[in-house]
Amino acid sequence: MEYFLQQLINGLTLGSIYGLIAIGYTMVYGIIGMINFAHGDVFMVGSMVSFIVLLALGVTGGSGAFMIIFALALVVVIAMLIASVYNWTIERVAYRPLRGSFRLAPLISAIGMSIVLQEFVRIAQEGRPKPMQPLISGGYELMHRTVAEGGEFTVKISNMQIMIIVSTLILMTVFTMLIQRTALGRAQRACEQDTKMASLLGINVDRTISITFILGACLAAFAGLMFLLYYNVTDFFIGFLAGIKAFTAAVLGGIGSIPGAMLGGLVIGMIEVMWSAYFSVEYKDVAAFTVLVMVLIFMPQGLLGKPEVEKI
Amino acid sequence: MSVAPKNNSTSDDGKALTSSALAKDLISTAVITLLILIPIVAMKTVIGQGVISIVYRFGMAFALTGIVVGVRLFLHLFVWHKAPSAASKSTAASALKTVSVSETIAKYIAPGLLIFALCFPVFTFFHPIWDKRVMDLAVYILIYIMLGWGLNVVVGLAGLLDLGYVAFYAVGAYAYALLSTVYFPQWFGTGILPWAFYITLPVAGLLAATWGVVLGFPVLRLRGDYLAIVTLAFGEMIRLVLVNWFSFTNGPQGISVPKITFFGLPFKDAPGSFSDFFGIQFNRIHFYIFLYYVILTLALITYFVTKRLRRLPIGRAWEALREDEIACRSLGINTTTTKLTAFAIGAMFGGFAGSFFAARQGFVSPESFVYIESALILAIVVLGGLGSQIGIVFSAIAIMGSFELFREMDFMKAVLPSGTEPIQFRMLAVGLAMVLMMRFRPRGFVTKREPTVFLKEKKSVSGDLVAEGHG
Repeated sequence: MEYFLQQLINGLTLGSIYGLIAIGYTMVYGIIGMINFAHGDVFMVGSMVSFIVLLALGVTGGSGAFMIIFALALVVVIAMLIASVYNWTIERVAYRPLRGSFRLAPLISAIGMSIVLQEFVRIAQEGRPKPMQPLISGGYELMHRTVAEGGEFTVKISNMQIMIIVSTLILMTVFTMLIQRTALGRAQRACEQDTKMASLLGINVDRTISITFILGACLAAFAGLMFLLYYNVTDFFIGFLAGIKAFTAAVLGGIGSIPGAMLGGLVIGMIEVMWSAYFSVEYKDVAAFTVLVMVLIFMPQGLLGKPEVEKI
Repeated sequence: MSVAPKNNSTSDDGKALTSSALAKDLISTAVITLLILIPIVAMKTVIGQGVISIVYRFGMAFALTGIVVGVRLFLHLFVWHKAPSAASKSTAASALKTVSVSETIAKYIAPGLLIFALCFPVFTFFHPIWDKRVMDLAVYILIYIMLGWGLNVVVGLAGLLDLGYVAFYAVGAYAYALLSTVYFPQWFGTGILPWAFYITLPVAGLLAATWGVVLGFPVLRLRGDYLAIVTLAFGEMIRLVLVNWFSFTNGPQGISVPKITFFGLPFKDAPGSFSDFFGIQFNRIHFYIFLYYVILTLALITYFVTKRLRRLPIGRAWEALREDEIACRSLGINTTTTKLTAFAIGAMFGGFAGSFFAARQGFVSPESFVYIESALILAIVVLGGLGSQIGIVFSAIAIMGSFELFREMDFMKAVLPSGTEPIQFRMLAVGLAMVLMMRFRPRGFVTKREPTVFLKEKKSVSGDLVAEGHG
């Protein structure tokens, strides 16, 4: 029971990160109907930029609490800005000119872009993983029990985990408000329902699509920072696996649905953590991929999505 | 870092160019490029002994930004704002005309290439520099041509984007490795070993095709982009199993396997070997020349089988499926079977190639079957022009040959900062080429599309004029 509780906390943390990335996939899919294959790599760029800026600022775990919070706030802003510029540029260069081209063109272009981003970062920053000293340490013991063999098992939640879960909650609230209450969000939702009609009603579709990419990149960059702080390591390849899993999350939640993406992320994070805890660590990725295949076969509309109607 | 010249080109052809608009555009380009370059390029993190430090390279970032702005200025001044001339308008008549011109050339390309390929090893006798390295490169290129042709059945003809093609390549390679090292000696004794490759080859193809059906069956109802992700996941799953199922595959260490033999005669300097049997001087080059002809034969089988299949009802169904799935279904084509056969046949060729790969290397490990290999094969198919078999030959030669060229380019080292080798840029170049290809020539360089069936007379239509439906 205690073991389970501990895994639940871990799964919640990992799931938050996946959920944040998944929103980027689901929004882009909702609005232009393509998988932004390079989104996982935008997450990687966010993580890498966070690492560089943290290093440049020179904060370590030993710095004062105020200093750390200030540095993190700065890092969040910079990482979001840079990742947004990346995603915006990708959309302008690789996707926008291909609208109206044949079916596979944007997807192939996206795969090419994903390779370009990975290789660009690998060449510019070297391929070796970048380790980092833990910035936020400490935590709380929730439960404490002596196990039969004389050892003891404690259920812990670290400050880092609290921070990830709480900040994800805050970010999601802000984001939901943005989508539900502002003119921008209205335009975004309108384009999602019917791009042509939205443009007839005076919505600048190109601008809305750009903003969608920027919002997705912001969330991905935040997830990148959280990933860096949680695992204390980053490299040029993290976007690949995280991308597939986040995409799985988006599909599981019902592609096009924003709350669905968050929910899907949590479920995928849970499944991955539970699988490693109770079955085998080696096959945790296989478990996540199996979920993807199963969902696509048996429940293609996902948990919260609408069934897709094929129109001619 | 040559990623920089990705111009944020909006296609505003023919618009008048005011100097203030130009200045505004160039400044925003500069700002965006700088934002892209500054953290990643200008602040390089270097891992030293226990300390990580930052090496600042602002000069490089500014220089690259200068290049990007310069290129964009050039494009603004000389390319984008030209008044569209009459010649550049592609009318149906001119498109048809260019097709007929290229058609006469195209007629001779394939036989010419075939003769060249058959005679290629002969050149090694006349040219002293052309040694086994060149033969090895030729074999390597031919493997990728074959893989490209195999994937072409799935992506180019049937229009199913398969990102896990390397899985079937792995199935073929491991089929050969496990059968020849574990199961054949167990079942038939070691006497069979010299023949292992020839017996395993069809088995490997069948196994890969079976896997194609097994993996394809559940996912083929999916739409194009979902299919891409699921095949990618399957490819990774197979690799993860190969890495982790230690007792069966020997994990990441891989398996050493016997190399290919000349129908039972091994290539080595010993009695009973190839050179001994024919009474000639032992030379390593014989091995490479034999490998070359084996893979050439396999590749040509792939080529001709695909070429013939295109004329059968199933091949026509594939191409119809690529163009419009809904129309296909309403015409009574069973889309699931059609997709499955494409998947299985593509997988089978992948299995053959994998088996050959293992017999050539004498070693297999999961490292050879990573996602980037799938992406590379896909890039070959895409750059060759989806569906064009001759195009794939050229793109495979171009990509694999340029990898070799990257290795040789010494003059690049003068331009590049120290510590970066030109070879590192190869995948970056491939990725960029994929994006640019989709942007400017999505139908490939050879855009001719010849109908396989026609009424009374053959009317070729340029691919540029053919719209594609959504499936």
